[in-house]
Amino acid sequence: MSITVYVPQDAVALGLGANRVARAIFAGAERRGLDVRIVRTGTRGLLWLEPMVEVATSEGRIAYGPVTPGDVEGLLDAGFVEGGAHALRLGKPEEIPFLAKQHRLTFHRCGVVDPVSVEDYRAHGGYRGLEAALTCEAEGIVAQVRDSGLRGRGGAGFPAGIKWNTVMLAKSDQKYVVCNADEGDSGTFADRIMMEGDPFNLIEGMTIAAVATGATRGYIYCRSEYPQSFKTLRDAIANGVKAGVLGDNILGSGKNFHLEVRLGAGAYICGEETSLLESLEGKRGIVRAKPPIPALKGFLGKPTLVNNVMTFTAVPYIMEHGAKAYAEYGMGRSLGTLPIQLAGNIKHGGLIEYAFGITIRQVIDEFGGGTASGRPVRAVQVGGPLGAYFPDELLDTPLDYEAMAANKGLVGHGGIVVFDDTVDMARQARFAFEFCATESCGKCTPCRIGATRGVETMDKVISGIRPEANLKLVEDLCEIMTDGSLCAMGGLTPMPVMSAITNFPEDFRRAGDLPVAAE
Amino acid sequence: MASAEPWNATRAAGIVAELQSLEGATLPILHALQETFGYVDAEAVPMIAEALNLSRAEVHGCLTFYHDFRREPPAGRHHVKLCRAEACQAMGSDRLHGEILSRMGCDWHGTSADGVTVEPVYCLGLCANAPAALVDDEPLARLSAESLDAALKEARA
Repeated sequence: MSITVYVPQDAVALGLGANRVARAIFAGAERRGLDVRIVRTGTRGLLWLEPMVEVATSEGRIAYGPVTPGDVEGLLDAGFVEGGAHALRLGKPEEIPFLAKQHRLTFHRCGVVDPVSVEDYRAHGGYRGLEAALTCEAEGIVAQVRDSGLRGRGGAGFPAGIKWNTVMLAKSDQKYVVCNADEGDSGTFADRIMMEGDPFNLIEGMTIAAVATGATRGYIYCRSEYPQSFKTLRDAIANGVKAGVLGDNILGSGKNFHLEVRLGAGAYICGEETSLLESLEGKRGIVRAKPPIPALKGFLGKPTLVNNVMTFTAVPYIMEHGAKAYAEYGMGRSLGTLPIQLAGNIKHGGLIEYAFGITIRQVIDEFGGGTASGRPVRAVQVGGPLGAYFPDELLDTPLDYEAMAANKGLVGHGGIVVFDDTVDMARQARFAFEFCATESCGKCTPCRIGATRGVETMDKVISGIRPEANLKLVEDLCEIMTDGSLCAMGGLTPMPVMSAITNFPEDFRRAGDLPVAAE
Repeated sequence: MASAEPWNATRAAGIVAELQSLEGATLPILHALQETFGYVDAEAVPMIAEALNLSRAEVHGCLTFYHDFRREPPAGRHHVKLCRAEACQAMGSDRLHGEILSRMGCDWHGTSADGVTVEPVYCLGLCANAPAALVDDEPLARLSAESLDAALKEARA
């Protein structure tokens, strides 16, 4: 009987040599006359253990990691294909505390299945949500989504049920479902892990949305910085069409859903839903004024449901298990689970799917195990490049939309970036402006010009030129950007800037060297 | 990257014709042209405008808006994208980039003597294993100057 070995091909694993590991296992097994079948999976999200190799044994899967190509001979000698003892042996992956403590409602198949296999997806519970949806009226599906309390996971936190209802009620000869997979926020990678590890979960979620809203065409707008995600999605969609879960007459229901993946072209702003739609239409990614809202006039002027990858992928669980099961997780008005991405200067970084309400400190201490450098944590940026920098005093804030907002921060896409005490917060504030200057679409003057003026003014502060007066100027500028920008790019760039100034004032009042790389 | 064909208007017209019926075909066409020729030639602009019933200005606007599209043949045979975003900064990317650029003897957007073009990028989604880079389209996590050299050596082989 052949032995099945699982080697991830998630971008992180690839970036740490997973292909060489897979080749070494194949060659070493062949030399030993072992009949080994290698399945390429996504990642389970225990990213400091990548490449994490698993082998199917009679007691279940046994994991080893992090495996380098040089470890493979030793592993084979130790009989790892039967789960043999070795220094890198981690035991059963689902019993590793980092994973065992999580609430994996959405990510439970990631790292387990062959991402592009419909059969494997179905063997692990896939398409039960769609099957349930196909027995409901459209109103019934939308009611489930509404009652689950699901809110847009891209960052804005808008109730998904309201959006779905608007598109469902819109009258049109053509409607669209569009997935925002332009995950540009630094410190976030949940969409990527999902697209590379369990793309059918996204496809199923979008198909349910299509059935509910009456859309027959869909697009996934994937950023070009994710070539591995794009390839995986393309292959998954092709296999889905062959298996009859996409295209005409899905699952024999008489309903049609044609899905295509499109590649972005390196513009952060296209993560904003209206500029994403412009880009999808083949134009410059310039933000549109709302109204009209995309739910009524979206892609090519037709009613369009735009949701983030994480919003769509929560839906199959909700349809299979019911709104109530999902809403039992979370707190207040933030219900369900949040895929938290722990990154930056952290010992155990990775994906943590957990009920809303866990505090930032719990995430860092109980999952992250402290900084990678071993130095104390000084600042934590939550929610991507437009999120606030929190000092130690604010780390007991629960991850909850309202609690974060009350502390002048945001949940965003759930990314947490940890910095140790070597960080210079004046530089981070300057960077927030610099990033905005690079990525602004240019439509709103406060964002287009303000970001550049912000960089210049921060440079003066950093070099000790009238710091108090210039900080006042930065504050004014931030107010204008917040009030005078159409979208979150200009509107929220002040958040990292002002949080750095407010929470770390000491870093803005010491003259230093002029910045080296002024781009 | 190394396999880019020289610009050929007939071949380009074929690519445009193949993709023009897609909804919002501009980006797919620009990507396909760049994939084939390594850049998007100025001659392609009126060609796309004609096929999609757009003005040249609209196509030019699109071509120049996005960071990914090149309007000149690539200077280097290989492309390195180094992530400059916050998670990589937290792991010392600024200092590392300084070292890499000085080893390569060029600045951002420049090309080293041995044909490697360096571009900044903001987040590759490898934030828990920072610093990160893409060498051509291959990801590299926990980047060091040495591991970049090794990856480039492999890319050249």
